[in-house]
Amino acid sequence: MGLDFTIIPSYLDILITGTYWTVALSTLSIFFSLVGGVFFAVVQLNRHAIVRWPFSGIAWLFMGTPLLLQLFLIYFGLVQIGIDLNAFTAGVIALSLHFAVYNADIIKSAIVAVDKGQYEASRSVGLSQLQAMRKVIVPQAIANVTPALGNMMIALLKESSLVSVIGVMELTLSSQRAISDSFRPFEFYIAAAAIYYILNLGLEYGVRNAERRSARYR
Amino acid sequence: MDIELIGRVWIYFAEAALVTVQISVLAILLGLCLGFVAALGSLSVNAALRWPSRAYVSVFRGTPALIQLFLLYFGGPQVGIHLDPMEAGIIGLGINIGAYMCESIRGAIISVDKGQTEAGRCMGLGHFQVMNKIILPQAARMMVRPLGVNSIALIKGSAIVSTISVLELSYTAHRYISSTYKPFEMFFLASIFYIVIVTIFSYGVGKIDRRVSLEN
Repeated sequence: MGLDFTIIPSYLDILITGTYWTVALSTLSIFFSLVGGVFFAVVQLNRHAIVRWPFSGIAWLFMGTPLLLQLFLIYFGLVQIGIDLNAFTAGVIALSLHFAVYNADIIKSAIVAVDKGQYEASRSVGLSQLQAMRKVIVPQAIANVTPALGNMMIALLKESSLVSVIGVMELTLSSQRAISDSFRPFEFYIAAAAIYYILNLGLEYGVRNAERRSARYR
Repeated sequence: MDIELIGRVWIYFAEAALVTVQISVLAILLGLCLGFVAALGSLSVNAALRWPSRAYVSVFRGTPALIQLFLLYFGGPQVGIHLDPMEAGIIGLGINIGAYMCESIRGAIISVDKGQTEAGRCMGLGHFQVMNKIILPQAARMMVRPLGVNSIALIKGSAIVSTISVLELSYTAHRYISSTYKPFEMFFLASIFYIVIVTIFSYGVGKIDRRVSLEN
């Protein structure tokens, strides 16, 4: 069977729908993974071991196991304890949690890396603890973390393809639908790869832009 | 937590874990070879070597590993590549991780001071000799850790070959989740095996890293 890429336009609508869901899934997960990352980082910097301990357990488990397994756990596991989630929500939760753990690690080390003198200086000019964090420490930390967090976002976009295994109609599963109709796996996986590549380039452009902007806080 | 069930099925997970180890090791070896060749290619002065290497890295890092695997396994037969799931898994993962390893190796090579190359050239060594005798031995100690990180990512990433029905750890976990409806127990069991594999592997990498690092 030869290759015939002219078949792709007739399935364009299904690919566009898939792309839409991949973008929605990734955007939501990136947002929640950042929020979760900040939250986990703050928890991990807490003075009390009893607060830190449960998070360390989760982080250890989520960093040591594949995302695919975590997807199964969240999708099938929550059903077992009576929470019936649709696949999309389960996918967002799994992706967000998985990447929040990695983001937390990055954010935590960036906050720690800001010189202690900065904090002491801001306190001694009369800023409160919260103000010092918000106006002095975090802006500097952000400049340090942007490249690493950007790489995580790019990774998240690619890993979002795994969500197809629990039945979310994102780009990967949409191309599989097109394939089961047309019996042309090669063409459609190339098409899907090309779309992912373009999305990735866009995201990378955005990340580099953000890097340049945040660099002025350095 | 159904301990009795875990006691009954853990042996199948152990067998599956061996498959995961086997796939990962072979894919890591393939990735190292490809990464090394691509790294040298991308640093070459010859554009005909440089561009294919850069394109390889860009494309395989820019698209999901799952799509690459599907393309190889399901799309391969259309262009005359017939592989069984295990072969497709190893080759697919290996080609994917090779692109990441290329960047690790390239980073280590360019981190060697430029003066080393210049000094080597001044002494009358050729390009190849400088690379072989001066740059690579120094770069080698700097690439151990990043390559270790890539390899550990691959071990966890190898879970995706379950989607082309290779009977490895995640496939086994999925199968038992479907047949027993005990996702927590099965996740717990598979996690233990993954964490054990990753821990042993990172211990090994740490050992090599300490041995080759300059601090000793």
